[in-house]
Amino acid sequence: MARTVPSRAEDARTARQRATPLADALDAQRINRLAHFDVPAHKSGRGNPELTEYLGERAMAMDVNSMKPLDNLGHPVSVIRDAQRLAAEAFGADDAFFMVNGTTSAVQAMIMATCTAGDEIILPRNVHRSAINALVVCGAIPVYVNPGTDKRLGIPLGMRVEDVAKAIAEHPSAKAVLVNNPTYYGICSNLVEIVKLAHAAGMRVLADEAHGTHFYFHEELPVSAMAAGCDMTAASIHKTGGSLTQSSVLLTRRPVNPDYVRQVITLTQSTSASYLLLSSLDIARKNLFFRGREMYQKTMDFADYAREEINELGGYYAFGPEIIDGDAVFAFDRTKLSVHTRDIGLAGIEVYDHLRDDYGIQIEFGDVGNLLAILSAGDRMMDVERLISALEEIKRLREKSPIGLFDHEYIDPVIALPPQEAFYAKKRRVPMRASTGLVAGEFVMSYPPGIPIVAPGERITPDVLEHILFAKEKGCFMTGTEDMNLEYINVLA
Amino acid sequence: MRTELWYTDEHTRDVRFSMKVVEQIASKKSAVQQIDIFDTSAYGRVLVLDGGLMITEKDEFIYHEMITHVPMAVHPRVKNVLVIGGGDGGTVRELTKYRTIESIDLVEVDKHVVLLAKKYLPFTSSKLKDKRVKVWFEEGLRYVRGKKAEYDLIIVDSSDPYGPAEGFFTREFYGTCFKALRDDGILINQHESPFYAAHQKSVRDAHRHIVMEFPVSTVYQCHIPSYPSGHWLFGFASKKYHPIGNLDEARWNKLRINTRYYNTALHRGAFALPNYVLDILKEEESGC
Ligand SMILES: Cc1ncc(COP(=O)(O)O)c(C=O)c1O
Repeated sequence: MARTVPSRAEDARTARQRATPLADALDAQRINRLAHFDVPAHKSGRGNPELTEYLGERAMAMDVNSMKPLDNLGHPVSVIRDAQRLAAEAFGADDAFFMVNGTTSAVQAMIMATCTAGDEIILPRNVHRSAINALVVCGAIPVYVNPGTDKRLGIPLGMRVEDVAKAIAEHPSAKAVLVNNPTYYGICSNLVEIVKLAHAAGMRVLADEAHGTHFYFHEELPVSAMAAGCDMTAASIHKTGGSLTQSSVLLTRRPVNPDYVRQVITLTQSTSASYLLLSSLDIARKNLFFRGREMYQKTMDFADYAREEINELGGYYAFGPEIIDGDAVFAFDRTKLSVHTRDIGLAGIEVYDHLRDDYGIQIEFGDVGNLLAILSAGDRMMDVERLISALEEIKRLREKSPIGLFDHEYIDPVIALPPQEAFYAKKRRVPMRASTGLVAGEFVMSYPPGIPIVAPGERITPDVLEHILFAKEKGCFMTGTEDMNLEYINVLA
Repeated sequence: MRTELWYTDEHTRDVRFSMKVVEQIASKKSAVQQIDIFDTSAYGRVLVLDGGLMITEKDEFIYHEMITHVPMAVHPRVKNVLVIGGGDGGTVRELTKYRTIESIDLVEVDKHVVLLAKKYLPFTSSKLKDKRVKVWFEEGLRYVRGKKAEYDLIIVDSSDPYGPAEGFFTREFYGTCFKALRDDGILINQHESPFYAAHQKSVRDAHRHIVMEFPVSTVYQCHIPSYPSGHWLFGFASKKYHPIGNLDEARWNKLRINTRYYNTALHRGAFALPNYVLDILKEEESGC
């Protein structure tokens, strides 16, 4: 890559980004051997030898509670504040908030900082459950935009600009538009254009970047939410950015008031944030800043190679940038390896199961017609080869006629009640199979991807029921209902 | 006291095997692994990959003869052979002793192993220049993936399954080999040692995976002094031929191939296994 001579400001930024203030403070704390008469009671592991043997002494010594030299996540004034500032700078945001309850908490904080009971929010229906959960908690009303479905692949896409414009025109008092950037499958909407429309109408734009952390660190990847001008975004550093599971970051831009956002976050955030998670964010941010480009180049190279080889096998379709249509698929995240399996007569979830049970290969998820493998710079070519060969073997040994495989379309939700009202309404339990036409009082989804098939307040149409039963029969991991076996569903009384 | 240089191969975390080094001959960090070659006083020249002993000049003949002549004495018409791994050339050297073989494809992921072997290990690499030999520098799994019924014999001459060779102990690899073999093809693989728990796991995994893919599947043994425990196994998997039932002693002996370890009486004996090994195999087969 041709590099221009770095300016002095760039030099200063590079020098700043080398620091890891939070991780350093934690390490200093580990070394200075304070006598601890505070929680946690395991006291550097000595109080729980079995766990120490299991996790290692170093991890236990890092597991401390908030104290003066380590700052406080709920009210950051020193090292956490500094680490968050560095994160904001690395991601091109004005403010950054470290999160310790997953991207779920970041999604909820951004919705709750924008909407209150009765406010409308425009969003595609293929959002993660955390977004609809936020509506249950805060009482905002969803205005769903049909994300459209790719006919061949059966996957939900992005929102078309025209559909967003229509929703904005029909709901001028909506407070915000929420956009997946990208979807689990790596599909992006035209974020820049959506931001323009929403801002012109006085609405905020919130992005769910649970699968988009890497967009900030490679110029060939789709535009990131902050670069596109979004107001807030939830970025799962833990998913594709290398921090520990459950750590995440919420990024905001002015005029969003960071102090109000912090207050909203503290409504539900633990007062005992894990320093293992927090320090992993600090170090992951530095790593992303200095090595991110190289890491994601490697990831894209792996994915491009795997796509080419899998498409050579025949039967499978590992889709890539060719599905870009300039609208519902405005951009595609090349690091994602999604494979359409329907043409070999197997559901994605069946291939997923064979990969794990017969070949010892764990992938991210399989749904009705596709599977998704997450690649990263931590992969080895040999393992990529294994995945490709195992897919070939599954095809050779198990290929069937695709007839009879569920061919699923976007199901336009029929909304009877807002999520909060439905969730708290008086309900009764009915057998799942006898639920057609009734209004759901709870969620049903396969996890992953965690996108509700039906959400509280939505009518259970025959299409919805068919989708649920098919996913369950094929062995998807179904969640959401009170009934752990999904034989019954709570519907509005 | 004179300074002595020793090379130590870690057989398990608790067992080590050391040999006195006369001189380090080569050291190279390739994209795949660390390659070292030493001259030792007891075992002659030795090849070491990522710290693990691969072959020694003194006992490589045992390994290379046993991995090659056993299937060659069973299959009556081997014309096309694929060797996966084995960049030192020892297996190829044994194969070139058969005039009836028409082609030998050697697939080695690490070019530098072959380059260094050609330079410093002439005792194994001497026949890599045979006209029938083609060397491919590629990931083995990828190379085999594209092949359909092209080989009579596939020999998996891999290093230990904790590094670049991990993929050769997987079910997808054996299934892919099955597809690459003709209807009467044979697959031989380096099968690790049953003795120590750490290696036994590899024996089990490999056997289980092969049994799932091939109708005939068993193992045979030999004694290799420099390898962990000295007790070494090879896998014999085939679509048709039985390693003893189809052994043609007369045919093989008529070829008058010069060997120092292998003979047809030993061939039969190599398939007679200790009880604890039989138990391991039986346990894995019952799970299939
Ligand atoms: C699109 C999307 N948003 C949000 C989340 C929630 O992230 P987390 O699991 O870190 O709470 C997920 C997780 O699967 C997701 O896929």
